Amino acid sequence: MTEQGPGGGHAPSYDLECRNLVCRFGDFVAVNDVSFGVPEGDFFSILGPSGCGKTTILRMMAGFLQPTSGDFLIKGKSVIDMPPNRRPINMVFQHLALFPMMTVAENIAYGLLRQGINRIDARKKVEDALERIGLPGSGEKKIKQLSGGQQQRVAIARCLVLEPAALLLDEPLGALDLKLREHMKVELKKMQDQFGTTFVYITHDQSEALVMSDHVAVMNQGRFEQIGTPQDLYYQPATAFVAGFVGDTNRWQGRVESVDRDTVKVITQDGVQLLATAAGGEALSQGSQVEIFVRPEAVVITLESERITSQDNRITGELISVLFNGANSRALIRDRHTGGELDVALPQTGEFSHLQRGQEVHLGWSLAHAKAFIQKESGG
Amino acid sequence: MFIKKGKLLTGIMLGTGLILTTLQTNAETLRLLTWGGYAPEKVVEMFKAETGIKVEVTNSNNEEMISKLRATGGAGFDLAQPSQDRIAGAQSEYEIYKPIDLSKVDASKFITSMLEGTKKNTTVDGKVYGVPHVWGTSALTVNTKVAPDVKDYLDLCNPKYAGKVSYRMKRPTLIAFAFAMGLDPFAAYGDTTSYKMIMDKVEAKLIECKPNVKAYWSGGDALINLIRSDEVVAAMAWDGSGWKVNAEKPEVKTIAPTSGALGWIDTFALPKKTKAENAAYQWINFVMRPEIAAMITEAAGNFTAAKDGDKFVEESKRMRFQETFPAAAIDNIKWYPPVPAGLEDMEGKVLDRVQAAK
Amino acid sequence: MSLSLRSAVRLNLILLLIPVFLWLLLLIILPHIDMLLVSTQVKVRPRVYEFSFANYGEFFSEPLYWRTFARTAIMSIAATLLTLVIAFPVAYYIAKMLRGRMKSFLFLLCLVPFWVSELVRTFGWMILLRESGVFSNLFQWIGFADGPVEMLYNDATIMVGLIYTSMLFMVVPLVTILDSLDDSLVEAGYDLGGNAFTVLRTIIIPHAMPGIVSGCIVVFMLTLGNYLTPVLLGGKDSLWFTAQIYTQFITRFNWELGAAFGFLLLFLSSMIVWMGLKLSRQTLTETMG
Repeated sequence: MTEQGPGGGHAPSYDLECRNLVCRFGDFVAVNDVSFGVPEGDFFSILGPSGCGKTTILRMMAGFLQPTSGDFLIKGKSVIDMPPNRRPINMVFQHLALFPMMTVAENIAYGLLRQGINRIDARKKVEDALERIGLPGSGEKKIKQLSGGQQQRVAIARCLVLEPAALLLDEPLGALDLKLREHMKVELKKMQDQFGTTFVYITHDQSEALVMSDHVAVMNQGRFEQIGTPQDLYYQPATAFVAGFVGDTNRWQGRVESVDRDTVKVITQDGVQLLATAAGGEALSQGSQVEIFVRPEAVVITLESERITSQDNRITGELISVLFNGANSRALIRDRHTGGELDVALPQTGEFSHLQRGQEVHLGWSLAHAKAFIQKESGG
Repeated sequence: MFIKKGKLLTGIMLGTGLILTTLQTNAETLRLLTWGGYAPEKVVEMFKAETGIKVEVTNSNNEEMISKLRATGGAGFDLAQPSQDRIAGAQSEYEIYKPIDLSKVDASKFITSMLEGTKKNTTVDGKVYGVPHVWGTSALTVNTKVAPDVKDYLDLCNPKYAGKVSYRMKRPTLIAFAFAMGLDPFAAYGDTTSYKMIMDKVEAKLIECKPNVKAYWSGGDALINLIRSDEVVAAMAWDGSGWKVNAEKPEVKTIAPTSGALGWIDTFALPKKTKAENAAYQWINFVMRPEIAAMITEAAGNFTAAKDGDKFVEESKRMRFQETFPAAAIDNIKWYPPVPAGLEDMEGKVLDRVQAAK
Repeated sequence: MSLSLRSAVRLNLILLLIPVFLWLLLLIILPHIDMLLVSTQVKVRPRVYEFSFANYGEFFSEPLYWRTFARTAIMSIAATLLTLVIAFPVAYYIAKMLRGRMKSFLFLLCLVPFWVSELVRTFGWMILLRESGVFSNLFQWIGFADGPVEMLYNDATIMVGLIYTSMLFMVVPLVTILDSLDDSLVEAGYDLGGNAFTVLRTIIIPHAMPGIVSGCIVVFMLTLGNYLTPVLLGGKDSLWFTAQIYTQFITRFNWELGAAFGFLLLFLSSMIVWMGLKLSRQTLTETMG
């Protein structure tokens, strides 16, 4: 699925499809030749740091921005010349953009009435929608009387009653507090299942993207770095940027000493020798500058050095601190040899719960878990 | 919003009063309430050089002079210049003037007949309240090329000149039209009933004439502009206005209407609470000197009651005067008698109704 | 210690409020009481006055006076609505379409006419519009007109003058309120299928309502209380209620009637504003706060 994403112009099964979208503001290229397709019923996220151009893509899809070039299709038909109010897709805005001058029911009815549906039918649909989002009888309330989560649901219901081909969501959880955000992640996913509508969701929060999405596009500097399932992105990052941006990771920079098929031997800047697997599909050769990424949970931690003799890479260090977080507890280790710091996941057994600061520990990981990418000039 | 309303109303009433009372005089200042052109800058400078007294000039008109002095009970100014016919009524109603001490006025500088006439008309309870200064008439100002057949006030209503005539919405217009219609309003001054009948007729005439009017003029300069630009070809106006335009536009002339020009005399009168009485008398005697009087004639466009004052006036000015007023026309001038109290209320309503008529 | 501090604070408060109270008392309340007393006096003979409400009766019994008021009120309402219709797109453009320097520049442009006095501005209009004026000559030169065109001295000219004078007072509250309108609300309006008209009607105008109402109140009161513009531009048919008040006070020496008119203007215009608030379902505090 992922692999056929870019440039799949022949596939009519896509609900939404962007072809070679470009958007320039003067000299600045906000979106640089982006192509992707979203299958029907998919929860599709665009993940990227702020300023990467993800909002620009969404606004072009909604029709608020005219792309410099490229095409956008809904169910196989180009809508690039269609004004936003005629496009069969709707948007949930970052701050929701609920109409404060209207009641909850009026907000939900707004789009229905614009479609020319008579008031009686519209009222019925509004009541249904309120029922489905768990707010029956709240129709006459003012927007201000709702909680943040309730507002969220009204904003989504307002769009979904229109039965759009797809729903565009512009970081709608950004304004919520942490606890509610965690809750809404689950809720959003449930709503999507319930309505069966295609969602295009943009966010800079990788956890939102990974938890909810069927597919995620990672975006950087106006381009898509990789499109794939959350698992693909996490375990098979296609670029150094994806490897660094999605999930936590330890990172080294160094020079390739020797190459043996997929295995590379790298001397880091600190002079440590590491073994890694070449990734990113680019050929590495002796002398290439590379970056190596290792996930914290791929590192084995032990107090006895003999238990990691089978690992391809081994380091001895001392504990700086334990970051206790239940099942997600981590340890920060300083490499005794180089002074570099490593982030290591602690096993859930509680075996390391009594580690002392400054205590000597041994770390090891296999070369399969260490991914080496060519270091790009701009990448940093 | 109540603040806004407050401003509006207090602005009209309190504003004038407050400003006037807060302006404190020092002994060396003469606050003069007068007409445009009656106190030219040059004369004010000469007066200061000679006496050391500074003159503060406020330009106004008859109604405003009375209103201002009424608002303060005759304070705020040291010398005023209302028309002679408007003194007696205002004095008996509002008590805003102080009698003139005739011993301090140099009677020899005045044209005797004018001084005597003014004294008579401004006497209330045996006391004299005014001495004459500038005199003139309300007459016709006509562009003789375009409107050669305008000879009397009623000719302003000739449809030929529709949209090309102008007059004021003030009492002189009522009086002038009454005379032109063959009535004698002055004779009816003492008899409210017959005066009312005259005013009813005049009202009807003015309403009938209204479509002819381009605009009712309110200030001398506004009228001069209208005539100079040919927007108005005939108007009832002060004689001086026509003479001014005549100097640059010879076809514009001041014409004495066949029913008679209306003669007015602007006077010197002392506000009741004048603070610079001596300076006021000094100013009166100063401006009545023939050569000073001539300077005022130059500036105001009208002649003064100063004896021999016309001798120092430019020849062309005198020529214009004589052209407008041959001897017979002078005899035909209708001088305003003092206005009895109460008449102006009646006239005010007539003017209101004319203004409102379509 | 704390007691003296508290009394010091109270003293400060009193000192701060004294100018406001003095201003209210001396410039607003006292004159109005005086005016109220004056308005209930009727002259029987010179220098003799009697208590009576005849001056108020005169307003209703003499058609000229109440018609003048009605005409003034109707023209003021019309001028207010026209100002709103013209100012709204201008304000929307300034608030929503422009950014940065251009925005402040256009805003400033609305202010420029107020750098000269109202009298000068009105004379400016007269120079432009009079028969021998700039526009008349321009039209003749282009060939639109065969002879001089008189554009002064009619109700349309009064309207133009009033609207011109009022623009800023409408634009400022509108720009302020439209600035506070979140762009995404407008976008959401379109996104959910609304067209320009429905977005304006259902989102922009309801949001801008407090600004619209406060602008309208200010413009209405300014227009109603205007004196120079209608008198100078209106010519022989210009009947404006403030001119009537001026006439009663100054040229007719009838302070009693003038004072009564002043109160009637205050009362009737407040009624009109009150009705406007009722109709638009706004409250004064909401609008002014």
